[in-house]
Amino acid sequence: MGRTLAEKIWADHVVRSVEGEPDILYIDLHLIHEVTSPQAFDGLRLAGRPVRRPDLTLATEDHNVPTTPGPITDPVSLTQVETLRRNCAEFGVTIYPMGDAEQGIVHVVGPQLGLTQPGMTIVCGDSHTSTHGAFGALAFGIGTSEVEHVLATQTLPLKPFKTMAINVDGELGEGVTAKDIILAVIAKIGTGGGQGYVLEYRGAAIESLSMEARMTVCNMSIEAGARAGLIAPDQTTFDYLRGRDHAPTGADWEAAVAYWSTLHTDADAAFDEVVEIDATSLTPFVTWGTNPAQGAPLGASVPDPALMPDENEARAAEAALAYMGLTAGTPLREIAVDTVFVGSCTNGRIEDLRAAAAIINGRKVADGVRMLVVPGSARVRLQAEAEGLDAVFTAAGAEWRLPGCSMCLGMNPDQLTPGERSASTSNRNFEGRQGKGGRTHLVSPLVAAATAIRGTLSSPADLD
Amino acid sequence: MQAFTNHTGVGVPLRRSNVDTDQIIPAEYLKRVTRTGFEDGLFAAWRKDETFILNQQPYAAGSVLVAGPDFGTGSSREHAVWALMNYGFRVVISSRFADIFRGNSGKQGLLTAVASQDDIELIWKYLENEPGASVSVDLVSRTITAGDIVAAFDVDDYTRWRLLEGLDDIGLTLRHEPEITAYEGDRPAFKPVVSAA
Repeated sequence: MGRTLAEKIWADHVVRSVEGEPDILYIDLHLIHEVTSPQAFDGLRLAGRPVRRPDLTLATEDHNVPTTPGPITDPVSLTQVETLRRNCAEFGVTIYPMGDAEQGIVHVVGPQLGLTQPGMTIVCGDSHTSTHGAFGALAFGIGTSEVEHVLATQTLPLKPFKTMAINVDGELGEGVTAKDIILAVIAKIGTGGGQGYVLEYRGAAIESLSMEARMTVCNMSIEAGARAGLIAPDQTTFDYLRGRDHAPTGADWEAAVAYWSTLHTDADAAFDEVVEIDATSLTPFVTWGTNPAQGAPLGASVPDPALMPDENEARAAEAALAYMGLTAGTPLREIAVDTVFVGSCTNGRIEDLRAAAAIINGRKVADGVRMLVVPGSARVRLQAEAEGLDAVFTAAGAEWRLPGCSMCLGMNPDQLTPGERSASTSNRNFEGRQGKGGRTHLVSPLVAAATAIRGTLSSPADLD
Repeated sequence: MQAFTNHTGVGVPLRRSNVDTDQIIPAEYLKRVTRTGFEDGLFAAWRKDETFILNQQPYAAGSVLVAGPDFGTGSSREHAVWALMNYGFRVVISSRFADIFRGNSGKQGLLTAVASQDDIELIWKYLENEPGASVSVDLVSRTITAGDIVAAFDVDDYTRWRLLEGLDDIGLTLRHEPEITAYEGDRPAFKPVVSAA
């Protein structure tokens, strides 16, 4: 019988496989950042172990960094960032610090450098590592103990994942984006639906997406509980990679493309689970609750927990509506926001900024609404400025910021105040994640931009 | 890692599903560079509410957390496990755990016991009727005992063995160092490197 894409990549990285034990899997690329690595380096020091492959390890500063000019003012954040710098110097790991031309969110940096390639195993102490699956890589988030394990051995002991096909067939309608696809997928299978699985996104709607849009889809696989999500590499993937800093060249390029071209699920392979999504039925999708599965089409209303058949689900929805300050039956389009955030590893790449800018261009951010635009990396910021996007945003009244994770998780000063409501292109609407009492609706860059203009959750079609 | 054979302690009924790691420990508490001292951040937002279960005696002394489905979703932060253990928890019982959280727990000696939601409902009722009652969790026989309730739980064989033995994963892997070196010798030349080795 044939094999799925995930199974092929797995097989190509098995260092050791013994019945009754997890496989030892080789890791091609290990990305690190300041928050989940200090205790791992500490562990190495205690055990007197070196980093086995500093040449396959890359660090960037992203979670804590301020997005306004100037140094880190929070002393605890500063300690964490300085600890990363010291650890990288001591163990010989390349780091892109704040202010460096290559600094940015770890999941934006890897792909733009061409370090993320098909068929690789990629890990990072960050659950959104699934982003890199867009290239047909097996990429997943790990905890700090595993970070230490990879630093010490360049491997991880792992048990094979189950496989789930997410077939998104048909053509996406006007104004419907990768973000809407993935929010609809998560709403369909739930926050635990992907637990234990690697998701493979397939079908015409997926194949038609750009690399950056594919990254948006794979990025949020974790929000459905899946460790990883991936998409088979194709010409779009190869075209994106060719000529990038770390992409193979010459004979290596030919050899790489020959290998990459084998990386697809065989026609006779079987998935453990199959989910079907009709792309033609999708419309802009937004969340109303406090987990990413609590979402609905923008044209719908806030759901009524009393009508939910599952008791746990109803209880969770009730708590979510109380936290979000929403009443069942309110049309989602009538929900007014205070803040709009465009950025994050989900939607902080150049195409996302272009999409938002195209809507914003020539318009004004609604009175009383603050809009933050935070590029995913220094490169994205420079590119956007070269295209004049920064001027479009600032002319509309939005704030143009420096790269980082920013308001996605509020470890830096970019936070919501209690009761403040945001429309955000990020990935998690958990209670308090963007600041104590903050209320977040997850949306696409197009919906974020239209919402900034109208002041209530909106799609571009709602604009004059 | 701390070995785990069995544990008996005060059970804490947490009637919530989708307890994500941002709830277990908010990001503002992640800035320490040590593995200790995270107990203050445990359920920090909820603990501001005086009716929250851990603010009630005798639940405050709990060491066995009994939670709803999909515990530990979201961020990969191992700080969530450190916070639970720093506070004093040795066991979390749920009908379903997020993968990364479960993996992180296994590395630290926090037992994630997967029980049926029906059994969890029974244990919740028991602990609510008998505040401060103990729950016993035995890893050898994979059973949870709470009053008259005896429930089976799942944990994968390999994690169970490692927990029982208190084994360090890195040490186990480094026993196979020659195989890693051999694998590295066969890696294709086109694989990228960040920097010259």
